Amino acid sequence: MPLIENGKLVEDRFTRVADQDEAGQVPPLPASTPVLLSLDRYLKEADALANAYVEVGLIWPNNKPIAEIAPYLPRLALVALHFPTFRDGRAYSQARLLRERLGWKGPLRATGNVLRDQFLIMSRAGFDQIVPSKEADAQAFDDAMHSYTVFYQPTGDGRKSLLRARLGRAATRLEDQASKDRGAAA
Amino acid sequence: MAAPQQQKLKVNGTVAVTANRLTDGAVVWRTAAGGWSTALGDAAVVTTAPEAIALLEGAHKRDTDAVGAYVAPVILGENGAILPGNLRERIRVNGVTFELPASEPPASTLPAA
Amino acid sequence: MYVYDEFDRAFLAERVADFRDQVERRLSGALTEDEFKPLRLMNGVYLQLHAYMLRIAIPYGTLSSNQLRRMAHVARVYDRGYGHFTTRQNIQFNWIKLEDLPQAMADLAEVGVHGIQTSGNCIRNVTTDQWAGATPEEFDDPRIWAEILRQYSTFHPEFTYLPRKFKIAITAAPKDRAATKVHDVGLRLHRNAEGELGFEVLVGGGLGRTPFVGKSIRPFLPVRHVLSYIEAIMRVYNQFGRRDNIYKARIKILVHEIGAEAFAEAVEAEWANIRDGALKLTDEIIDDIRARFLYPDFAKLEDQPAELTAALEDPRFAAWYRNSVHKHKVPGYSIVTISLKPVGAPPGDATADQMDVVADLADAYGFHEIRVGHEQNLCLPNVAQMDLPELWRQLDAAGLATPNVNHISDIIACPGLDYCALANARAIPVAQEISKRFADLDRSRGIGRLHVNISGCINACGHHHVGHIGILGVEKNGQEFYQITLGGRADEHAQLGTLLGPAVSYDQVPGLIEDIVDAYLELRSSPKELFVDTVHRLGVEPFKERVYATH
Repeated sequence: MPLIENGKLVEDRFTRVADQDEAGQVPPLPASTPVLLSLDRYLKEADALANAYVEVGLIWPNNKPIAEIAPYLPRLALVALHFPTFRDGRAYSQARLLRERLGWKGPLRATGNVLRDQFLIMSRAGFDQIVPSKEADAQAFDDAMHSYTVFYQPTGDGRKSLLRARLGRAATRLEDQASKDRGAAA
Repeated sequence: MAAPQQQKLKVNGTVAVTANRLTDGAVVWRTAAGGWSTALGDAAVVTTAPEAIALLEGAHKRDTDAVGAYVAPVILGENGAILPGNLRERIRVNGVTFELPASEPPASTLPAA
Repeated sequence: MYVYDEFDRAFLAERVADFRDQVERRLSGALTEDEFKPLRLMNGVYLQLHAYMLRIAIPYGTLSSNQLRRMAHVARVYDRGYGHFTTRQNIQFNWIKLEDLPQAMADLAEVGVHGIQTSGNCIRNVTTDQWAGATPEEFDDPRIWAEILRQYSTFHPEFTYLPRKFKIAITAAPKDRAATKVHDVGLRLHRNAEGELGFEVLVGGGLGRTPFVGKSIRPFLPVRHVLSYIEAIMRVYNQFGRRDNIYKARIKILVHEIGAEAFAEAVEAEWANIRDGALKLTDEIIDDIRARFLYPDFAKLEDQPAELTAALEDPRFAAWYRNSVHKHKVPGYSIVTISLKPVGAPPGDATADQMDVVADLADAYGFHEIRVGHEQNLCLPNVAQMDLPELWRQLDAAGLATPNVNHISDIIACPGLDYCALANARAIPVAQEISKRFADLDRSRGIGRLHVNISGCINACGHHHVGHIGILGVEKNGQEFYQITLGGRADEHAQLGTLLGPAVSYDQVPGLIEDIVDAYLELRSSPKELFVDTVHRLGVEPFKERVYATH
């Protein structure tokens, strides 16, 4: 699957290691490549991982309070938040809390049912890595990210929000606006 | 008029498969040839669950023609005419059950003084 | 009225372009229906029984004459020449084509009108009192706060895929015309003992399958904190609201399951982290939004001018005046309700011609401004009293002067099975038949204030739980049946109605309603006791006895 980081298609350095393989066995961790693990697997192997030199990414479940990730953050090289379906928006709150409250500066990845119509709000919530579900969506990344230039509300993404941007400008009287509208309609 | 999407497929009597056309939402009926028609008279009418499921599966193959396909009851009238089988389908076929608001404003409804 | 600036206009243009692209991708098959549906819903596009439906927001119920004219244009060009005003300050077009929708939206965006967040699991159109800015009763213009919330909630990156839809209503008057107690969040603006402006915050109200009256979680929230507090509520809901069952996903279920106290604690804990952050409103920000609301240049006039006194000698005018004209905060001016409930017509519908008439009358007599209330009527909030007679003549000629506001024929009804894919039973023809039974205005005046609300299914778009008489359509063995409740109310004393008895068939409903009214006329302590007060005094039993005895 393609991985987009900060707007560029990149090679995924991390290997997703499953909890169980198809035979029901626990697959071994690779010795030297960075790994991406579920919380279950991560907790089971915490000691082994602490002594290894591999970089570790953690997939945090979307039904577990994100504040509980805090003790692990110093040891992580990547956090992934999951969208079981694009309609399940819990990870947006988790992403903002992770960035804006827990101060996570490392990579934050969106996984699961990740579609182009949500790329922009994912970025606004703090994701900087996206694993698109569809190849064509990856190609359209740039368009999707630039479909809007106006943002009403502040988040931690650094984009300018209208809450303060519009101060100090005068409003037009309704009558003037009305005649302008009529002009536009004609 | 149970929500059609949640119907368990039990077929009692005659049924057809219906949906709304993607481009304009118009009511369409699945035909025996595997297409869609806005005329109920063109609908493929079946009487068993396997036949209805086959029609539905055909309908679900492409979702760019029609959306929300489901099995709807129909009645076979005299001369083989196909008629909608319940109130919901009657409304979908014949339109709303009251007069649509006219373009001209209605006459005053105030009683004379 | 609030004037959109170039930022708002740029955003709307971008939104239209975005939707145009999404429609193209849907038509090409790049988007599946499952992927497209939430996107179209968030632009107000439903797929109903016969066609697509477009729902357009009328933020806080305020429209300019040009905006209303543009709605008439959309009705004519893309639809069948009429529109339907809803119970949440929206208008719906019932026959629009998906292919035409991007262009219709572009036409609307030119005048700052859109369908953004009128559906979908996001923060919906924020509603308020249709008399805002005009009534003498209010502590402040609630639209300032509705607009601040509209901007905050528009395409919110965190709260666009909530467990379920989220509706906020604001009242700034003690008399609640915005049904704040039956919204996901109700905000009641008032002043504390120090004269400071703030909100009482109610959460977890709502109708539908599991109706609740909202619970107060904070008696006073200083206005500058409104965004951070709403964000705290939304964040708690987004993380902990149920997503396993669509029928249990509204915030009211979360509040009910964990209790209002525990919910309030969670909100306050979250709020403590953000209350002094980026969302705190400075006086400068509030003043800026306030400055974008432009008020009429009212003339110095006296109440009860000679033109009005003379016209009141005409009993037809007098009947309308007493029914549809309300007190304004400025001397010499009035608030005028325009009934969209002519006897025998679909409640809340207006033809394109009628919309044009109202827009022209707003230009001539109402400072270009029109309001829409949750009762599915229109309103001209700022009319000089000396203009009332001429205004009435022109409304009357357009079929818009039925003096039945708040009467039994001023029925609130959802579109029902005639249009809606979710409905189990019809609502509009039931309303039409009831209003015909009470067409005699002397009779309906004698009955007094009586709100009848009809919903065609449990989703309760007709707000039947809070109707003085509530009518809920259900389906039994393929037939339409209707459950009747009595004693509901949507105002500051909000209460859910009590079931009267077994459901009755479609044909029996109008007769049953007549029997209920007859029972009321017999049971009321005096003509001054309203229907709903008689029900509260006596309960439903005496009604049940009388009504079912005759059926």
